[in-house]
Amino acid sequence: MARNSHSRIIGQFPGFGKFTFLFFVYLYLPIIVVMVLSFNASPAATVWGGFSLEWYGKALANADLRTAAWNSIQIAVSAALLSTVLATFAANTLHRLTGRKDATLAQGVIMLPLVLPEIVMAVALLSFFSSLGVSLGKGNLIIAHTLLCLPFAFLPIRARLQGMDASLTEAAADLYARPFSRFRHVTLPMLMPGIVSGFMLAFVVSMDNFTVSLLVSQAGSTTLPVFIFGMLRVGVTPDVNAASTLIILASTALVVVSFLLAGRNPK
Amino acid sequence: MLDVTHALELDLVRKTYGDPLHGHQALTGASFHVKDNEFFTLLGPSGSGKTTLLRLLAGFESTTSGEIRLYGKPIQSLVAEQRPVNTVFQQYSLFPHMTIAENVGFGLKMQGRPAREVAARVEEMLALVKMEAFRNRRPAQLSGGQQQRVALARALAPKPKVLLLDEPLSALDLKLRQAMRLELKQLQAKTGITFVFVTHDQEEALAMSDRIAVLADGVIQQVGGPREIYDRPANLFVADFIGDNNFLKVEVLSRQGATAMVRGAGIEAVQARDAAQGASQGTLMVRPEALHLSAGEGRVRFAEKARVLADIYLGNALTYVTALPDGTHLNIRDEDARRAAKPIAEGQTVEVWADAEAPMLFDGAGK
Ligand SMILES: Nc1ncnc2c1ncn2[C@@H]1O[C@H](COP(=O)(O)OP(=O)(O)OP(=O)(O)O)[C@@H](O)[C@H]1O
Ligand SMILES: [Mg+2]
Repeated sequence: MARNSHSRIIGQFPGFGKFTFLFFVYLYLPIIVVMVLSFNASPAATVWGGFSLEWYGKALANADLRTAAWNSIQIAVSAALLSTVLATFAANTLHRLTGRKDATLAQGVIMLPLVLPEIVMAVALLSFFSSLGVSLGKGNLIIAHTLLCLPFAFLPIRARLQGMDASLTEAAADLYARPFSRFRHVTLPMLMPGIVSGFMLAFVVSMDNFTVSLLVSQAGSTTLPVFIFGMLRVGVTPDVNAASTLIILASTALVVVSFLLAGRNPK
Repeated sequence: MLDVTHALELDLVRKTYGDPLHGHQALTGASFHVKDNEFFTLLGPSGSGKTTLLRLLAGFESTTSGEIRLYGKPIQSLVAEQRPVNTVFQQYSLFPHMTIAENVGFGLKMQGRPAREVAARVEEMLALVKMEAFRNRRPAQLSGGQQQRVALARALAPKPKVLLLDEPLSALDLKLRQAMRLELKQLQAKTGITFVFVTHDQEEALAMSDRIAVLADGVIQQVGGPREIYDRPANLFVADFIGDNNFLKVEVLSRQGATAMVRGAGIEAVQARDAAQGASQGTLMVRPEALHLSAGEGRVRFAEKARVLADIYLGNALTYVTALPDGTHLNIRDEDARRAAKPIAEGQTVEVWADAEAPMLFDGAGK
């Protein structure tokens, strides 16, 4: 209610509508341009040569591009899985310890990748791996991405936990459920939308991570964003536009599904 | 009597939240027992420690000191899932992701009972609370009253030794609440399970309970049957909390056995049951319905003169608000006066009579 009347007041300022429109144009125009150009039959960005799916065919036929995409998917699925599992346990433990100083500190550490400049993380991870001599190929990237994805997986799960009625686990205990059964039969199903949403966010974050991937990836474990960056050295070709459009569509779909799940009412 | 095991026995149970020395003392040395197969009520105002006491019994909180025995066995070392007691929560706390049948069967399933037994018992319980038609719905698709019944069925299904109910009726509307009172009482009789029922509603407590414990500020004020608590309150708090009452400041003229002659508030002399423990001044309590506007058998004169200030008509009761010579208000709820054709006019002076045993003297100033 308060929110509603609030936004109505802001919306009543003269020029608000136009301003909002300009804002969205500014935000999305470049993306729309990329998407439109990916269907352009002419390789020149300035000439419209008619509608064509040629560049999509070309992008999909590029074996290196396909390998990079497959690498990215493998890494993203693994990192998202790992970070979601870790985040689920972390959120549960920290929720139980709410109010304690060490719990607040631990949560801050989990959130660190959100606030640290990514290049700092990337350099730190690179020197960490090389000083320990860890050279697992994709494994290195999975470890690095798990770390980056952790806060994104953690936040929706934690939010879900905070909205959960504490008396539900008490009711389960009252009905003879031991701690593990309580988690499995009550907490976990209640958290599921948050967990799925956290997993999808983590997946998207891993999929389009560039800075850390660029520094950490080794030959043979190149990810899609890094590969596309490599393609750009020869200039923006329409097949890059096609690949980008596919990524945009996939990411958007995942984020939308994730929000729909997170917003679903538990009751 | 000696060998009877009580359902629950509490010895000097104390609960302090937070720091044991400086924390908030929610319960101070509570000692009482709950008999087997009894409808026992914990009655007290908000914040008096009712929920705290119930959570100690369920095992959600641990006692700071004292002992709790369930059918003779100390239970403090048992965690909630090991105690053979079940709870009906105030907000019902049904599992939103399970169907009604799954909710009701949850306790039995967790006890590892075979699926066939669980299913049979679930049907039995749903029939008991008349919710068979809803077995495949989710809690969100039920009304408050229906959720209430499911919560009851869920807690009764594992056949607990004691059922704990935390203000289960407080979220229902008045009509439903009154219907559920009777139903709960019948359910208790039918199942033969000991009920410990929490409420802040004195009417609810009087209507349903075999015995009541009155709680205030974490202290048990009195334990007894509804009549005992209403007619012979242990102290001014109980007298004030349960039912309506008149309180008059009086001084003691003389004492004889269990009775005292007192004077005050413009009353010359009246006999009262003495609970003042030797104090020379005190508070006289008398219920409005024990006061009358005419003499009669078993009545003694209470006040020679009282001036009628107003009448409050409630259909089934008529209360005259009068003032004693010193200005103290005295409420009189006389059945004869209600039936009289014409109400007594404002400003008129009346003579007041009391049931002989009704006035009670307490020490202390009261409110
Ligand atoms: N977890 C807690 N930590 C600290 N203090 C608490 C806690 N739970 C209850 N208290 C305090 O203990 C006292 C008794 O609370 P309790 O919930 O038992 O009261 P109640 O009789 O159930 O009241 P109500 O009728 O409002 O439910 C209150 O003063 C309350 O503030
Ligand atoms: Mg309470």
